[in-house]
Amino acid sequence: MDSIQLFILLLDATFRVATPLILAAMAGMFSERSGVVDIGLEGKMLGAAFAAAAAASVSGSAWVGLGAGILTSLALSSLHAYACVTHKGNQVVSGMAINIMVAGLTPTLAIAWFHKGGQTPALSGDSRFQPITLPFADALRDTPIIGFTYAELISGHNILVYIAVISVPIVAYVMYRTRFGLRVRAVGENPHAVDTAGISVDLMRYKALAVTGLLCGIAGTYISSAHGAGFIRDMTAGKGYLALAALIFGKWKPVPTLFACLLFAFTDALQARLQGVDLPIVGVIPVQFIQALPYILTVLLLAGFVGKAHPPKAIGIPYIKER
Amino acid sequence: MMTNNTALELRRVNKWFGPVHANKDISLSVGRGTIHGIIGENGAGKSTLMSIVYGFYQAEEGIILVNGKECLIDNPQASIAAGIGMVHQHFMLVDTFTVLENVILGVEGGARLTDGLTKARKELLRLEKEYSLEIDVDAYVGDLPVGLRQRVEILKALYRGAEILILDEPTGVLTPQEADHLFRILNTLRDQGKTVVLITHKLREIMAITDNVSVMRRGEMVAHVATKDTSREHLAELMVGRTVLLQVEKEEATPGKTIMKIRDLSFIDGEGVLRLKKIDLDIKAGEILGIAGVSGNGQSELLSVLGGIDRPSAGSVIYKDEDITNSRSFNARNLRKIGLGHVPEDRHRSGLILSFSAKENTILGYHDSPNYNKGTTLDQNSVLKTCEAYIEKFDVRPPDPNLNASGFSGGNQQKLVLAREMENDPDILLVGQPTRGVDIGAIEFIHKQLIEMRDAGKAILVVSVEIEEVMSLSDRIAVMFDGEIVGELDAKDATETRLGLMMAGVKEDPTSEQLEENKAADS
Repeated sequence: MDSIQLFILLLDATFRVATPLILAAMAGMFSERSGVVDIGLEGKMLGAAFAAAAAASVSGSAWVGLGAGILTSLALSSLHAYACVTHKGNQVVSGMAINIMVAGLTPTLAIAWFHKGGQTPALSGDSRFQPITLPFADALRDTPIIGFTYAELISGHNILVYIAVISVPIVAYVMYRTRFGLRVRAVGENPHAVDTAGISVDLMRYKALAVTGLLCGIAGTYISSAHGAGFIRDMTAGKGYLALAALIFGKWKPVPTLFACLLFAFTDALQARLQGVDLPIVGVIPVQFIQALPYILTVLLLAGFVGKAHPPKAIGIPYIKER
Repeated sequence: MMTNNTALELRRVNKWFGPVHANKDISLSVGRGTIHGIIGENGAGKSTLMSIVYGFYQAEEGIILVNGKECLIDNPQASIAAGIGMVHQHFMLVDTFTVLENVILGVEGGARLTDGLTKARKELLRLEKEYSLEIDVDAYVGDLPVGLRQRVEILKALYRGAEILILDEPTGVLTPQEADHLFRILNTLRDQGKTVVLITHKLREIMAITDNVSVMRRGEMVAHVATKDTSREHLAELMVGRTVLLQVEKEEATPGKTIMKIRDLSFIDGEGVLRLKKIDLDIKAGEILGIAGVSGNGQSELLSVLGGIDRPSAGSVIYKDEDITNSRSFNARNLRKIGLGHVPEDRHRSGLILSFSAKENTILGYHDSPNYNKGTTLDQNSVLKTCEAYIEKFDVRPPDPNLNASGFSGGNQQKLVLAREMENDPDILLVGQPTRGVDIGAIEFIHKQLIEMRDAGKAILVVSVEIEEVMSLSDRIAVMFDGEIVGELDAKDATETRLGLMMAGVKEDPTSEQLEENKAADS
């Protein structure tokens, strides 16, 4: 019983860690499926995290924070589109530039506005997304396994976690069952075909990047105003890259990408549990090594176990009408 | 006349690309329910003209009339709305989509796909029946052979309600049988009242199928004639602006010793795909061996292995009685030293460095020869002299050794590569696509040079996707399909039908009835 409870608690932590990964990976899917490499997921999330925390602390409303986070992320996404789509710039360079710019700009602005050494004031009460207790959760808590699972794993998360979970089927539906999704996929595979079908390639990519901005904004907001309680410099800690890795590992498909995100998050939740635990044979493993585990696993997975991935064919190539 | 019989009309269309005047004052009139050919050499401006009609480019001057009404066509959507459909030379299809998804792209009929897909499926089945364009609508386009992909393009245009169908070089990737099938489809379309515009540089196609033909030369429309009133020779003359020999004139070959003997040669590429399967070939002195086949059936790999660029995975290459397969000298550089010349298929990618001058390109691959070096530096004077000699002998225009390779036309670039490889006096010459993208005048010249070299007792291997070229140039023809040599025959016995069947992978076996069956199945 004890070990089952432990496992459920581990899964519970997994969901909390996976939420920004899932949202960011779904965001990246729109960008990359439309043929635009988005290494700037990290920067967009960080920007959104800062804007959300700042706006929430000033206004006292988490929802205002979410709005600010989304707007910031959309603005960064538009910048990426302007550089890569309108001006056919190098997509990796543009994404990297956004990451570096945001990493520097956010603590600078935080110092200027809040004078707290690059952080925003701690969020509490309504300025932070609070856990939602689903009906009967407390009543059922004592029912073995099922009740406990319901109370711990299903109930008791904030709204953004639920949004992340339902975002996956919604993204899958949009990608495969709507006109918008068909065109996004087409423009990432063969933009010439899209152009000759009378659809503007540039406009399609702008639209896809707008969706990326929206989802990244939610992911960033979650990091600072739901999972955390305020902005700390570099608080995304490579989650954008991890989401990109999950997207590749999931072969640019919604459901496999979800599982990749959960796998990465699970190792992260596991490392938190393993810290300081006396394991049989090996003894206590240094914390640094355990913290590195998720990243080591990511490298191993991407290097050896992805198999043959088929990225969108036109990814990374700016569309220029041939003469 | 009250009833207008002109489906498409262009009046004084002009188009510039920077300083290049790509279309000069073009006027054209295409009758409804006819097949109208537009012929011209590469770079004559045919594709540009049709891209203007399709709204891909905008003309600086001139007007377009569809069914007698002036139309402003400034994007493909406007062209589609006017009833014009286009089948591009490079298919505009998404490989990872099904046929159905490709067809509805751009005309999905609503934000949700399901309704559009159901409607399109019904409509496609009707179109398939009406024009006998059978295809599995749920197949992924990437899995379809090229002939069927082209059919998807045609269906795409018809689904959008095209009354005028433009096909840009539609047979470039097809076997002769597939091309014939396409022509039957086009005939059906015409009989149903559709108008077809066929852009091509192949005289055979114009004569076989069109009602009228317009000839373009260097951006200008030089003639409009009814096909029945003209001939291949006459059209060729109009295209080039002077009389040309379409048939290569040559004596009977006198094959000598086998210079290169290839046995059981196999090659697995970097992706683990078996590209060459146990190839056996003998390349003899004083003979041109032609390799025919639809592009992508292993010819490129054969050239790169024989040229020493890739190493064979199995089998042997015996050069002048010596097995060189496993020798350390089996690489492009050393093979050149022992007498192998190689004119690569893709002169832009591997034949030339476009940003280098003609002079520098002249010594590529031979740059370490003592002739071009003085101590550790290049002997610029000798390089220049060599280049000037090549330019004169091969009539390269403009005759400027300092001009970058990118500044020459396709034909002249090819002459530069040929000059380099032929003038170093190899014993065996590999030539990939000798005249791809080369104008008719230069084709004649290149063919003559190759024949001369053969008569001088050299061994020549010619790989070409142009079946007519292989037939007229070669003394012996081997046909490749899916990495195998399907058959080998004397050029005298080769007919387009026989080669075409072999190019589609049908092995000849006169004793069985298989051949007859295949013929029946094909027609």
